[in-house]
Amino acid sequence: MQESDILFLEDSFKKYYFNHFDQITVPERTSEREFGYQKFNSGMTRHISLKDDKELHLMLMQNIPSDVYCSNAYYTFPNLPMNEKDWKEADLIFDIDAKDLNLSCRESHTVSICNDCNEVSKISTHCSKCNSSKLEKKSLPCKNCIDASKIEVEKLSKVLIDDLAITKENIQVYFSGNEGFHVYAYNSQFQEIGSRERSELTDYISLRGAIPETFGMRKLKQNRAYFPDFDDKGWRGRFSKYVFGSKSKRSKIITELLANGYTSFQKTLDDVSENIGVKIDPNVTMDVHRIFRLPGSINSKSGLTKTLCDDLTKFDPYTEASFLSDDTVEVFANSPIEFKLKNKKFGPYNNEKITVPTYAAVYMICKKLARIA
Amino acid sequence: MLALGQDEIAKYPFLADAGQYLKDQGFSLDQFGSDPDLKQLIEKAYERIRVAADGKIYKSDLDGDHVSKEAALPREVFSFLLAIVLLKLSGMHTLIKRFALAEARRAEKYLEKDLANISDESKNQLAIRVIDDLFSVQVKKSDDYFIIPVSDYLKHSINFHEREWKLINRHVENGQVFLSPHETVRLIRKELGTYINSKIINAKTPTMIPGFEDSVNKLVSLSKKFATYTVTTGEYPPCVKHAIEILEKGENLPHSGRFMLATFLLSKGQTVQQIAPLFKNAPDYNERVTLYQLNHLAGTSGSGTQYSCPSCEKLKTQSLCFATSECDNIINPLQFGRKKK
Ligand code: SF4
Ligand SMILES: [Zn+2]
Ligand SMILES: [Zn+2]
Repeated sequence: MQESDILFLEDSFKKYYFNHFDQITVPERTSEREFGYQKFNSGMTRHISLKDDKELHLMLMQNIPSDVYCSNAYYTFPNLPMNEKDWKEADLIFDIDAKDLNLSCRESHTVSICNDCNEVSKISTHCSKCNSSKLEKKSLPCKNCIDASKIEVEKLSKVLIDDLAITKENIQVYFSGNEGFHVYAYNSQFQEIGSRERSELTDYISLRGAIPETFGMRKLKQNRAYFPDFDDKGWRGRFSKYVFGSKSKRSKIITELLANGYTSFQKTLDDVSENIGVKIDPNVTMDVHRIFRLPGSINSKSGLTKTLCDDLTKFDPYTEASFLSDDTVEVFANSPIEFKLKNKKFGPYNNEKITVPTYAAVYMICKKLARIA
Repeated sequence: MLALGQDEIAKYPFLADAGQYLKDQGFSLDQFGSDPDLKQLIEKAYERIRVAADGKIYKSDLDGDHVSKEAALPREVFSFLLAIVLLKLSGMHTLIKRFALAEARRAEKYLEKDLANISDESKNQLAIRVIDDLFSVQVKKSDDYFIIPVSDYLKHSINFHEREWKLINRHVENGQVFLSPHETVRLIRKELGTYINSKIINAKTPTMIPGFEDSVNKLVSLSKKFATYTVTTGEYPPCVKHAIEILEKGENLPHSGRFMLATFLLSKGQTVQQIAPLFKNAPDYNERVTLYQLNHLAGTSGSGTQYSCPSCEKLKTQSLCFATSECDNIINPLQFGRKKK
């Protein structure tokens, strides 16, 4: 990124942090958290401890970070090196990202930027100009991406509430600021469990590692009575709804499953898992020392804000998470994909000099599809 | 501490305070060495260890839940307490481990029976309390099942390798896991063994008591049979040394650790027969399974592919790496100790 782009982004971010400081607040039990931030074109600064909103705002104004993070873990000494922090507990966190959902729309809104000559194109294997294979992919998620991610969030909430007894009030959903959602669960029985336990929990949530027996299939002594029913709790119930479809078909499908045998059932399970398992990123949930994007802060991959979704169904990130100013700015844009922000359409642009509002300029610069003119 | 009845102490003797128990019964250790009637109990205690050393569970005089003779109860407890005295006097750690494991299996049977005892509420309440007090697993009864919080379940189940123990393969509802009495007890098996083992390790070693010498000597020669296989660890990298240590202590080495150790030693030219004894002290040791797995890794069975030792990077992510400065610039444990350019 060129110097003028960085200055422009810093200036825009700074205005946001100054004008919207009410939107970016420290989480509860502030002094037990570890904070960290990154500046444009530089590494991560972490092991920071803060007392209150004031200290947070000071940190933001002094450093103008590109990204700000805060631990989901609670420590006695959050500012000491990792092994001296004295880990106490950690909220459960989940990351749902459109890029992990294998969506068919994805190809249509992903571009490749050549690392060697900066050429932007929709060809994903090599640069159309210099043939280099060093490509960086950038995606401009579409409505379908957001809707599909929302469905995963709904699925996740159901498992958390029904199976794991986490209350609705203790679940918070945030738009991640880029391509998905971050879900937090507070005050659960899982606060104190470690990484390996959390990893097991993610396998449960994403329906991974199930054996045929769990869903009624045996190698020997098969019996129809072992198969799940619609009223069963947990995954057996969800399995019934997905595999049998309706109560009237249950019997016929069980006969088929039994006829196809044990090995084929394992394949059925893989397919079921792919379709009804919740697609969360296991690495995020099992990491108990992570610093996770701070709610209310800007995601430098897009210039959008990590925003609380009070009403997930209605939530539209492209109007509700874009907070940068409307002041116009001149940029060279090269974005083969059009996008919509604050209800205005932009692009496609083919290497042209254009004048756009700051929020749109930032979006494109963050995606490496434009530079300050 | 739990307040226990006589028959409960007989079932779970490791819960008793040994010194206090002897005093309450009006005995001193010396008496067991000298009184001819009591001396038989030392024989009994030796037997209890010998059976354990063979990997079997000591068959007690307790006949199911009720006891035939009043006198059988204290004798049952005495033989346990004396066994510990003998073990301490002999100082044979391999025997202690085996003894603790066998006693854990024995207690496990009673726990399971007590849990499943629907006719006697006080019995399953006791078992529930033992499990809660010792292992902080809160068990509640719900119809034919025992339910425990998912978080408690996970803390223990992650030590199992079998897929059936994965949470996804359990009946989960409303934050609880549903288990049978057998599964409930199986869940804490390892911790029960560890608990008994540490109780013995932490017990004071008495000075030799006249009348105990014979049995102690017999124990010493018995333990020779189980001498741990020692490998020279001179040129081994820290991760491998660490894995060997864990196994020698009789602790549980995760599957990934066993995989690393076995593939490392195989690559160094050791044979399956040389490596197998290393796993002998593992809490879940089974000779047939171990040989099968090793042969599989060595490529002498099944697919025929020999598995290679994982990279340092991989081992780091599995928390198996204990790098020292000697590990600088290597990417695989197999390169450890080779001269650097
Ligand atoms: S650096 Fe490699 S060889 Fe050294 S301890 Fe770690 S894993 Fe083992
Ligand atoms: Zn190029
Ligand atoms: Zn899309």
